[in-house]
Amino acid sequence: MIAPDLLTLHGLAWTDLLQLWLHFMLLSMLAVGGAITTLPDMQRYLVNQQGWMSAADFTTSVAIAQAAPGPNILFVALMGWHVAGLGGLVAAMVGIMGPSSIVALGVGRYRQRRADSRAMRAFTAGLTPLTLGLLLSTGWVLTDPTRHQPAAVALVLVTVTVAASSKLSPMWLIALGAVVGALASA
Amino acid sequence: MADDTPASLQTAAPDAATAGSAADNLRRPASCTELFRVFTRLALQGFGGVLPVAHHALVERERWLSPQQFVELLTVGQVLPGPNIINISIILGDRFFGWRGAVAATAGLLSLPLFIVLTLALVYQRFADLPAVAGALRGMGAVAAGLIIATAVKLSRTLKDNPMGRPACYTLAAATWVGVGFLRWPMVWVVLGLGSVGVALATWRIGGVPPAPPSPPPKLPGSPGPTP
Repeated sequence: MIAPDLLTLHGLAWTDLLQLWLHFMLLSMLAVGGAITTLPDMQRYLVNQQGWMSAADFTTSVAIAQAAPGPNILFVALMGWHVAGLGGLVAAMVGIMGPSSIVALGVGRYRQRRADSRAMRAFTAGLTPLTLGLLLSTGWVLTDPTRHQPAAVALVLVTVTVAASSKLSPMWLIALGAVVGALASA
Repeated sequence: MADDTPASLQTAAPDAATAGSAADNLRRPASCTELFRVFTRLALQGFGGVLPVAHHALVERERWLSPQQFVELLTVGQVLPGPNIINISIILGDRFFGWRGAVAATAGLLSLPLFIVLTLALVYQRFADLPAVAGALRGMGAVAAGLIIATAVKLSRTLKDNPMGRPACYTLAAATWVGVGFLRWPMVWVVLGLGSVGVALATWRIGGVPPAPPSPPPKLPGSPGPTP
């Protein structure tokens, strides 16, 4: 269903695309601690507010992006693709990367000339707890479609325990999830 | 290969003290093409996160950065808004070749992985009706959620060095979770609101003000306060 309507925006209007782009530009500036922390708001916006995709499709996009090599940010590309094809992909990716990239470029150049460590330290220290709270929210939101399934809850708990207490590569846990999920539904 | 990289990432901090003298041995990429190639290669090795692979490639294999420089770059990349690894590629690329370098590094990071992700999505679309495939994706989604929660658990250990003190940190983190994750309020207001509180509190504590009253959320009478 995805492939044929590459350029049709899946029935969305150009103004919808503009809204998508603007909202992801806003999230770009809010993404302290990585793009993954904006995931709860992406779900609120795409699933709850606009109804452009289902909660299950949302979590699937994240799972596919996690299963593939490369930066996690690509889940944003998949969401844009899911919502409005190629146009949605470009709108979402340019939105989420644009403003923060310009800021990074500016700060990188400024830091090369003069490192203002005290203001930087206050900024980091003040925002670190928010980063943690946002990561917890992200984990919470991703369990939305499976929270009622005991097997899925067990998978989440095992993953948290193993990943938090060892340096095991995430690849193995992702693989475990795939096997358990396939067996549980077969 | 992926198993040992987190360990090497952790050794970066102790190494950093001795890294100053090693800075002379650092290389730099010959061209934007080399920048693109190295970032493509490290992106393709990064399953479930590129950061450990980035450390291995940039510090140990290519030696474009000393461990100290990498830690600093990582801190900046995390504090700035936006995807950490993208911020790192932009700042590093810019340092070597100006904005062209920033574009080359970021394009390397994204191009081929984007193609792979879209291919995977198309393959998934074709087989989504098979219950086993849908189930596998659900299982992977559950693990993805667990991995992110585990990252938060791991990072919470760094709070002991936070100048705000642990009680204030945990209160801010919990409030963020309640607002964004549970009540589903728009993130912009939660981050602007709680973020201002956090940065103001941290600025005040770093400023060397003597520990007069306990921190704003007076939860426990015996809270540690701002002792380092």
